[in-house]
Amino acid sequence: MLQTFFPLFLQLLMAGGLALTLLLGAKYLGPKRPNLIKRQVYESGMDPVGSAHQRYSVKFYLVAMIFIVFDVEVVFLYPWAVTFKDFIAAGSGLGVLAVILPFIAILAIGLLYDIKKGGLDFDS
Amino acid sequence: MDLSTAYDALGADLQATLSLWLIVLGGLIVIVWDAFRERDALIPVFAGLILVGAIVWDLFQLTAEPATAFYGLIRTGGFAAFVNLLLEVSALCTIVLSVPYLKRIGKDYAEVYGLVLFAVSGMMLLGAANNLVTIFVGLETMSICLYIMAGLVREDEGGIESALKYFLLGAFSTGFFLYGIALLFGSTGSMYLAEIGHAASTSTSAMYWSGVGLLLVGFLFKVSAVPFHMWTPDVYQGAPTTLTGFMSTASKAAAFASLILVLFYAVPYEKWTLAVAVIATITMVLGNLVALSQRNVKRMLAYSSIAHAGYVLVGIVAGSAEGYAGALYYLLVYTLMNIGAFGVLALMEWDNESGRTQSLDSLAGMGYTRPFIGVAMGVFMFSLSGFPPFGGFLGKYAVFAPAIKAGYTWLVVVGVIASMVSAYYYLRVLYVLWMKDSTDPAAMSNDKRVALTVPASSTAVIGFCAVLLLVFGVYPEFLQMAVDFFSPSAVSIAP
Amino acid sequence: MEIPVDWYLALSAILFLLGVIGVLFRRNVIIILMSIELMLNAVNISLVALSQATGDVSGQILVFFVMSVAAAEAAVGLAIVIAIFRNKLSVDVNDFNLFKH
Repeated sequence: MLQTFFPLFLQLLMAGGLALTLLLGAKYLGPKRPNLIKRQVYESGMDPVGSAHQRYSVKFYLVAMIFIVFDVEVVFLYPWAVTFKDFIAAGSGLGVLAVILPFIAILAIGLLYDIKKGGLDFDS
Repeated sequence: MDLSTAYDALGADLQATLSLWLIVLGGLIVIVWDAFRERDALIPVFAGLILVGAIVWDLFQLTAEPATAFYGLIRTGGFAAFVNLLLEVSALCTIVLSVPYLKRIGKDYAEVYGLVLFAVSGMMLLGAANNLVTIFVGLETMSICLYIMAGLVREDEGGIESALKYFLLGAFSTGFFLYGIALLFGSTGSMYLAEIGHAASTSTSAMYWSGVGLLLVGFLFKVSAVPFHMWTPDVYQGAPTTLTGFMSTASKAAAFASLILVLFYAVPYEKWTLAVAVIATITMVLGNLVALSQRNVKRMLAYSSIAHAGYVLVGIVAGSAEGYAGALYYLLVYTLMNIGAFGVLALMEWDNESGRTQSLDSLAGMGYTRPFIGVAMGVFMFSLSGFPPFGGFLGKYAVFAPAIKAGYTWLVVVGVIASMVSAYYYLRVLYVLWMKDSTDPAAMSNDKRVALTVPASSTAVIGFCAVLLLVFGVYPEFLQMAVDFFSPSAVSIAP
Repeated sequence: MEIPVDWYLALSAILFLLGVIGVLFRRNVIIILMSIELMLNAVNISLVALSQATGDVSGQILVFFVMSVAAAEAAVGLAIVIAIFRNKLSVDVNDFNLFKH
């Protein structure tokens, strides 16, 4: 019983050890030149103190929208990918690959349109 | 796993549904084209040519044997080709009418034509669906494109407000529709319409009937039948006029075609008819009565389109081959009348708010300045109110006669009285166009009148619709053809 | 231990109802959007459970489509909300009453 979990323990040990080594290494080996911004609580670039109801750029929405649309398309690739191996074994891998290409091409058209229309242009 | 038979089937299926793929491909090309050459004037021409190609293909498919493609997901042949043709003609007219209109209101985005093509592809899926999954995908492809179209004039508060209203209520009804699909699937164990109907013919459960009820709510919302109509007037009034014509015709036709298929294949006849008959009654009565008091033409036509959904439902209530065919035929005629009427309105609009604030009286005397569109509007209005010899008359006959045969005389009496009432507000449009004095304070001033040009392309489309209405009013061959779609030999296709 | 399908259906119905209540009674457009998403995903639970119970995968396939449709709807819905916010500086549905007569 315990034997089956041995790899898991090993994994935990390695993960914990790596994190500990890196943290301690940074603490004792790295140079320290603290300033005000560095000493702030990390909040992904936002101001950590103040009203939570501040407005932020509408660009975030744009990226979020594009993200959900492209992200969700993966669900269609997933069942295809799961069965792909069986088709390769049966010798019809290329044909099944050809079936998914139009789907990818349509997604690529969407991305192309997005880039051309400046949807990913964050500075404008 | 040997795939050669699958590839053979794929080739045949692609061929049978070629018009659909042509339109999808056309839409994709439009999007790429616009990404590289923004607002290119050739894009609408290209989109129109794609639709012409699809129309030609579907004309040939009209006589093809009814069958299914893609493992029974979608129908091909007669019924599907008829619905496809209707949708493609509606889209083609919309594109031709939209080019000058959108340019005038400064919204000549080429994406509109891509959206029209994508919406049509969704409608074609919906109108020929043989499976609940196909219905859902088609319905949503269509709806999402229409939400964007409604909000095209996003600087105008009316336009964007109508888009929001359409979107929120549309998505809300999608939820019910989807729940209905889930319950139907759970109670019968299949997504195929014919298999659902087969399972329901032996025994039906409460779960099955809740599913049918929720599905009906979703459909009745899309065709804007009372009491699910509340979005229609606001959306039709706020959306760009030519696109309103598209929404009010093609999306309704596709939803009705799908509703006919669902009721015909998946639901035992006796059980739902009374409920639908009641909805048809209140739809006809309320739509026509509220239309009487409207001062804005677009709003009036929105209520009129609610009333027309009621007439189509009368044909569906009849439940016979003639009744369903009558409903299909009515949709064809209604599409021509409404596209034409909204096309005429688009030509006479100058408030830069999609005609939202323009009253009917402001069009006083327009018949004399623009005699051609005045006469065409006369054809559309007479046809909408059901006067012979126009298509609207034969359409009404085609839905009312089977209902009498099925024993719904009271429903037809209500329908006839309602259409007599409707004559009042349709003919008032003609009264304003031809008989009202153009010196009326609300009327358009002379310089604005001169500024409104009537492009030859719009004239051609409006003339085309008017002529076809006359043809359909005299030759009932198309009606007979639609009846054959429901003949015993045509309906017995395996899923 | 196998959980009977009825429990999934009950959970799905409750979540769906919560979504409906959210749409009907909340006035903030963003929250209405979230409630609609909740409705769609509640149905997804039903579909997956029924698919498992009937042994037909088409219910699960529909779930894939529902997920992508929900994403597309959310994208279009957010775009419309942004446009209307720029116009009226509000996301309260009570402020959108141009068509009331």
